[in-house]
Amino acid sequence: MDVIEVAAVSWDSLRCNKLRSFLTMLGVIIGVAAVILLVSIGEGARRYIRKELGGLGTNILIVVPGKTAKEGGMHMGASSVRKLVYDDAVLIKRRSIHVQYAVPVIVGTSRVKQAGNVRDTYIVGVTEEYFPARNLSIELGRAINSNDVEARRRVCVLGRTVKRDLFGDANPLGAPVKLGDARYRVVGVMQRKGVTLGYDLDDVVFIPTTSARELFDTDALLNITVKARSEQVLEAAKRDIRRILMRRHAGREDFTIMSQDEMLDVMGKVLNIMTAVLAGIASISLVVGGIGIMNIMLVSVRERTREIGIRKAVGAKNRDILLQFLAESTVLSITGGLGGIVLGGVTAMLIPLFVDFLPTEIAWWSVLLAFLFSAMVGVFFGVYPARKAALYDPIVALRYE
Amino acid sequence: MEPLIHLQGIRKSYSLGGAPLEVLRGIDLQVQRGEFIAVMGPSGSGKSTLLNIIGCLDRPTEGLYLLEGMDVGSRTDEELAEIRNRKMGFVFQSFNLLPRMSALKNVELPLLYSGVSAGERKERAYAMLERVGLAHRAGHNPSELSGGEQQRVAIARALINRPVIILADEPTGNLDSRSGIDIMETFKALHREGTTIVLVTHERVVADYAERMITLKDGVCTDGCY
Ligand SMILES: Nc1ncnc2c1ncn2[C@@H]1O[C@H](COP(=O)(O)OP(=O)(O)OP(=O)(O)O)[C@@H](O)[C@H]1O
Ligand SMILES: [Mg+2]
Repeated sequence: MDVIEVAAVSWDSLRCNKLRSFLTMLGVIIGVAAVILLVSIGEGARRYIRKELGGLGTNILIVVPGKTAKEGGMHMGASSVRKLVYDDAVLIKRRSIHVQYAVPVIVGTSRVKQAGNVRDTYIVGVTEEYFPARNLSIELGRAINSNDVEARRRVCVLGRTVKRDLFGDANPLGAPVKLGDARYRVVGVMQRKGVTLGYDLDDVVFIPTTSARELFDTDALLNITVKARSEQVLEAAKRDIRRILMRRHAGREDFTIMSQDEMLDVMGKVLNIMTAVLAGIASISLVVGGIGIMNIMLVSVRERTREIGIRKAVGAKNRDILLQFLAESTVLSITGGLGGIVLGGVTAMLIPLFVDFLPTEIAWWSVLLAFLFSAMVGVFFGVYPARKAALYDPIVALRYE
Repeated sequence: MEPLIHLQGIRKSYSLGGAPLEVLRGIDLQVQRGEFIAVMGPSGSGKSTLLNIIGCLDRPTEGLYLLEGMDVGSRTDEELAEIRNRKMGFVFQSFNLLPRMSALKNVELPLLYSGVSAGERKERAYAMLERVGLAHRAGHNPSELSGGEQQRVAIARALINRPVIILADEPTGNLDSRSGIDIMETFKALHREGTTIVLVTHERVVADYAERMITLKDGVCTDGCY
């Protein structure tokens, strides 16, 4: 008997038991779909983060206080860590020829009020360099400028969302808003930017970093956002920053300089672990599906004892019977695998349409892996029942009622 | 001339826990080509066991079996399967058709295991059904056929691979007398065409279709063996 014959025979017998075959397949379908779906969520998260970090702008270095181990995990708020201050940023800019911009960023949250409209949001203290460094554009009015920073003016630039909430369609330029208890004047509105690195750049209020220092009564920076002059000097800029800051920090490297690639790297490692764990969990359901196949094949072999006897009486060899049942379990699992690919693929594509915080991306390696694994499961869990069938004594099998 | 089948001192015993149960106790039998033999004897005398041994479905515990001069005892299970496929045609009391397959597919079955192409299988199976007068029922499943028709399908299946011998174990046992006569007429016609037949039966009228009769009693042949 050749492969096509074997497949045809097993397909026929599976068709005779449609519901049972389907229920057995369901285990594999769900297992394969789960692998594809969960991996697609992991991959979706990876793409999302890549996009977010990509929005950071090119040649950007972020200097944060505290030393981050390369494997990830930040020592936040340790007492021996010296904070970064305004003058650190000024010195970086002044002493490194590779640095184009160095922006001391202070971030806090505050209640923003305007004529009865209230919104709690992030207040980001920046200098005029922040906008070109991060490719942010102004839609209306102007950005924070150097005079604002030097004179600690109480002026602000609103993100799109904040502007809409506070002013609706009205022109906000020149209007007063209250940040906490302080009165600020609106000088500009940002263009739409979207979410980057954890916060929604449309849902923030920019003010001069010097004013933020007063508003929040602190000179501790969240970070210094540095832009190198070009990609070629990114590493050189990094070395300069390290040298400058270490001198100011008594020779200790109690800060971390991260480039976009490094951030991607750290996130990537976390995501790899997450994806592997998800795929592993889903694989367990595939194994359970395999046990279901084995169970149903054992029942099937017993039910068809007489058929085995008849086939052997007309000349089927042990190998023919073995292949027939092995083909059945494999066809079951492969059909289930294909069904699972369709189910998992469709679900992965539908999820982002209904759940907007859950991006998905189907990974082809996971489709291939899940499919091969399901086929292997069919063979593996099919061998025992098929061997059992093949080794039946024809006389005993023929007499079986 | 060399006999088709040569049995000498065939013994078969089962060990059921304690003492071994001797089912066949030294059978000597020769079957010539073209013979039509009926095997009779009381229930439990070992008729089916003997038939299964002749058909290479079972192995004797002891004794010599030569099929066309070839020693069957030294063959592997796989070789026996091939012998069953090429040289034996079984007809059973309970028909033993595969219930979820059409008559045509059932008749094709032995050819499936001898590597005949799908097209030729179908053609030959159809011709064989025609020969037993059931071509018009080729697409029907066994459950849609009468007992007599099912047995004729089984005979067509037994004949499909041009076996050297037909082995029938009470082929009329489950049939009414009318269908039984039909079946026996079919066997008679086959015999006339030169087919070798060994047939087990309880009924005298059935045995009378054969040209030679042997009788088993308690695992020994009391009559007709040579
Ligand atoms: N696998 C087995 N294990 C133990 N005993 C067996 C086995 N197969 C057959 N026997 C015994 O062998 C004896 C002969 O059986 P067999 O089927 O050959 O008889 P038979 O002559 O065909 O009887 P019947 O006319 O009722 O069909 C019986 O007593 C039966 O119980
Ligand atoms: Mg019997």
